[in-house]
Amino acid sequence: MARITLDSLAHSYSPAPGAEGDWALKPMSLTWRDGGAYALLGSSGCGKTTLLNIISGLLHPTRGRVLFGDRDVTDQPTAARNIAQVFQFPVVYDTMTVRQNLAFPLRNRGLPADRIAARVDAVARMIGMQDALDRRAQGLTPDAKQKISLGRGMVRQDVNAILFDEPLTVIDPQMKWELRTQLKALHREFGHTMIYVTHDQTEALTFADEVVVMSEGRVVQAGTPQSLFDAPAHTFVGYFIGSPGMNLLDAQVSGGTALVAGTTIPLAAPYAAPKGRVQIGIRPDAARPSAGEGLPFRLIRTEDVGHHRILRGEVAGAPFNLVVPEDQPILAGFDRVTLDPARIGVFVDDWRIEPLERAA
Amino acid sequence: MTLELRRVTKEVAGQAWVHPTDLAMGPGSMNVLLGPTLSGKTTLMRLMAGLDHPTAGQILWQGKDVTGQRVQDRGVAMVYQQFINYPSMSVYDNIASPLRLQRVPRAEIDRRVRETAAMMRLTPFLDRRPLELSGGQQQRTALARALAKGAGLVLLDEPLANLDYKLREELRAEIPRIFEASGAIFVYATTEPEEALLLGGNTATLWEGRVTQFGPTPQVYRAPQDAVTARVFSDPPMNFKRIEVKRGEAALDEARWRVDVTDGQYTAGFRAPHLTLEQSPRAVPLVAQLDAIEITGAETFLHLLHGEDRWVGLVPGVRKLPPGAPLTLWLDPAHVYLFDDGGRLARAAPSAAAA
Amino acid sequence: MDKPVNNRAWFLVLPVLVLVAFSAVIPLMTVVNYSVQDTFGNNQFFWNGLGWFQEVLESDRIHAALGRQLLFSAIILFIEIPLGIFIALNMPKRGFWASLVLVLMALPLLIPWNVVGTIWQVFGRVDIGLLGHTLAALGLDYNYVNDPVDAWATIIVMDVWHWTSLVALLCYAGLQSIPDAYYQAARIDQASRWGVFRFIELPKMRGVLLIAVLLRFMDSFMIYTEPFVVTGGGPGNATTFLSIDLVKMAIGQFDLGPAAAFSLIYFLVILLISWVFYTVMTAQRETL
Repeated sequence: MARITLDSLAHSYSPAPGAEGDWALKPMSLTWRDGGAYALLGSSGCGKTTLLNIISGLLHPTRGRVLFGDRDVTDQPTAARNIAQVFQFPVVYDTMTVRQNLAFPLRNRGLPADRIAARVDAVARMIGMQDALDRRAQGLTPDAKQKISLGRGMVRQDVNAILFDEPLTVIDPQMKWELRTQLKALHREFGHTMIYVTHDQTEALTFADEVVVMSEGRVVQAGTPQSLFDAPAHTFVGYFIGSPGMNLLDAQVSGGTALVAGTTIPLAAPYAAPKGRVQIGIRPDAARPSAGEGLPFRLIRTEDVGHHRILRGEVAGAPFNLVVPEDQPILAGFDRVTLDPARIGVFVDDWRIEPLERAA
Repeated sequence: MTLELRRVTKEVAGQAWVHPTDLAMGPGSMNVLLGPTLSGKTTLMRLMAGLDHPTAGQILWQGKDVTGQRVQDRGVAMVYQQFINYPSMSVYDNIASPLRLQRVPRAEIDRRVRETAAMMRLTPFLDRRPLELSGGQQQRTALARALAKGAGLVLLDEPLANLDYKLREELRAEIPRIFEASGAIFVYATTEPEEALLLGGNTATLWEGRVTQFGPTPQVYRAPQDAVTARVFSDPPMNFKRIEVKRGEAALDEARWRVDVTDGQYTAGFRAPHLTLEQSPRAVPLVAQLDAIEITGAETFLHLLHGEDRWVGLVPGVRKLPPGAPLTLWLDPAHVYLFDDGGRLARAAPSAAAA
Repeated sequence: MDKPVNNRAWFLVLPVLVLVAFSAVIPLMTVVNYSVQDTFGNNQFFWNGLGWFQEVLESDRIHAALGRQLLFSAIILFIEIPLGIFIALNMPKRGFWASLVLVLMALPLLIPWNVVGTIWQVFGRVDIGLLGHTLAALGLDYNYVNDPVDAWATIIVMDVWHWTSLVALLCYAGLQSIPDAYYQAARIDQASRWGVFRFIELPKMRGVLLIAVLLRFMDSFMIYTEPFVVTGGGPGNATTFLSIDLVKMAIGQFDLGPAAAFSLIYFLVILLISWVFYTVMTAQRETL
């Protein structure tokens, strides 16, 4: 096991990259601690799979280095890096039994038979497949196959990291809960460094201690789920995290107030008068329906999502969503929204700025 | 326009893929088929489309029996999980293709293609080929083709399953709007309860080839007729516990509350958001062991072990609690459903009945 | 059940039925007719029951031909299947070279059978053939006209040259359908090259391999044109396979009765083998 360092890494698929658009991965440096759980989150084509393939050694980066601990592994092949990987679609060896599948990585490394058997039994118990060990892998359901892939990733104790490439894609929602809990338990039990690639914010946020949000080959923000939710560094993170995403309104900010479409809104702290395109951002659950006070709101549609309702509408011509708890009745004469000042963020040209006190 | 299924059954090699099913879909309705993989959603859709013929039963379109009729004569449109477009044609030609087959006049085709493209936000891409577009745009092209056809019945088989989370969220919000504008009967298959709720309309829950309940979506969600429906229509999964009712009082661990059902054994069911960490006036305490926590940024999922049962709780805010420790949770009996031994609903959650 | 079923569709099948009747069923019935009768010419026929069948089944000559046929099919399967797999594994997967190799591989398959025979007949001749002449110049005593071993070798090499690319192309298609993730997983699991072949490539190729074996077996079992052009079944009867023998019997000796019985048995053997293959293949698909 090891700390993973990505040192000024960049990658391009074209042989002679020039323009910025040629780079699938723009220069980045990150350090991941030993035994941590990390997620790479972004939409398809954002470079997250490229980054994963560089870490696993399936791709050689155009620039920069990958370090496991203090060892530079940039030029090492996959097999020498001592990592495990679980893929989007279950990869099982059809002709083998479940037991043989789990034992395969250990057998290839020449472990003694008794140690293999003990390890396979332990992993089978963890993934809840101890009763199916002697069945052939062929013909199992997709989620059982994916559990085997997961088990094969876990079976080696000495791996530097386990990489997950959207491992729950083919799994039914109900089963996702079970597999996610199992992953958590496996992480707690074995303490491997885990890197999880996904486009699904729920999977990323629930899995990881730290989530790396990527967009167009760039790391936009890396932080805990809470910090991404409460203090997104970029409007993209605000939009991408949370469902629905953050509401953004064009505003003029001066001191401790923001002016939106002629209405003054108090902020929690004063800001230095920013230049550029200024927006305020607020999460849908931090805005409340009101009557007569706050920003004028035009309701378009109400969606009942079970334990809460989403009110979709507009404020000053921009889309604006509210989230209201299940048991809270809709206010009579509701035509405006008020915003919780403590949860308003200020963005200049899409990047978050800090208020004066904290910046000082 | 109406679509009616009467005792429709599908057997393959002696196995029932769809048990006798009755469904009636009214004009301009959105109908969600909700169930896990292999629960019979796709089979049912193929029967509705006429791609397969039922082993028994009748399919009525506008009150007319169309059971043996060919797909080509039915006037249906279908969108699949995979983005299926003609790769060598432009987006414009893709959308126009069903109209050309119907020999619609040129000017009319042009008008309808542009109208549909505008609705699907594809206007800037009309000259491009599908494979040059993003996944979301490709699926919008497929949707546009289905809509432009002007079919009375539009079947969508997990159309968003292959899209990114965020794109899915956006299209999900758009589909009801598009559907309302089209006036056709929509049938939409999904595995995700949240998707069913967002789409609204009616929902049929499916389990092992059987429609367990069909009705307005919020009603099916809040008043499931049996435990299977409740399980299918809960994400996170509904929490269940065997309990005993004695002298009109339900007993779960130390907790007691009054219920108006005959004495006996029941299964209590309640959803994740109704387990809370804060005491509320009517709530009863339950002690469970915390197995794991998951933080979503704004909320925390609690994975709990209660005896043999696995429960999930969803509480607001970020709660960093040590796994392995016993935890006291609060449950308002107003959110508890009781199911009898056959799994039928014996008592709806009072809060749901009020809503 | 009152399901409206349109039966008129059956009329559309009628032309095909008529065609099949004229092209297959009626000639086949003529053969059946001959197989149970004897004639001394003048269109006079006598009922012979299963006599011809008995004669054919007991004939040493046909036993010998069947033995040669089985040996030939076994040898070419034994060479072509592993060789085809080996070639497929080493073909480039994408890019310009992949297309070029595909075209080159397909070339032998486009040549008509009798042309293939003629090519090798000339190629192997000691006087003017490039191969035969070269071998002779190297001091090898090669002569497919006189030496049975040389004749067999020539025909086998010819068949391998002609048909291995079919096996290779089928396997190549099977290999192309394996997702990259499998290879990546194998690298991560530190599987050996042999392990990758044994546990990923071979299982994924099983379907196409069965088809390849079936096609090559059927085709080699019925081989006629090429050996007929090259050796004419000789020297002696060394390369007289079943179909060559059948033609000799029917046209050379004009033994129509035994030839007809022989054809029917031949036909049934092939039908039986096809059925076995079909059963094996569908059984395998069901376990997937």
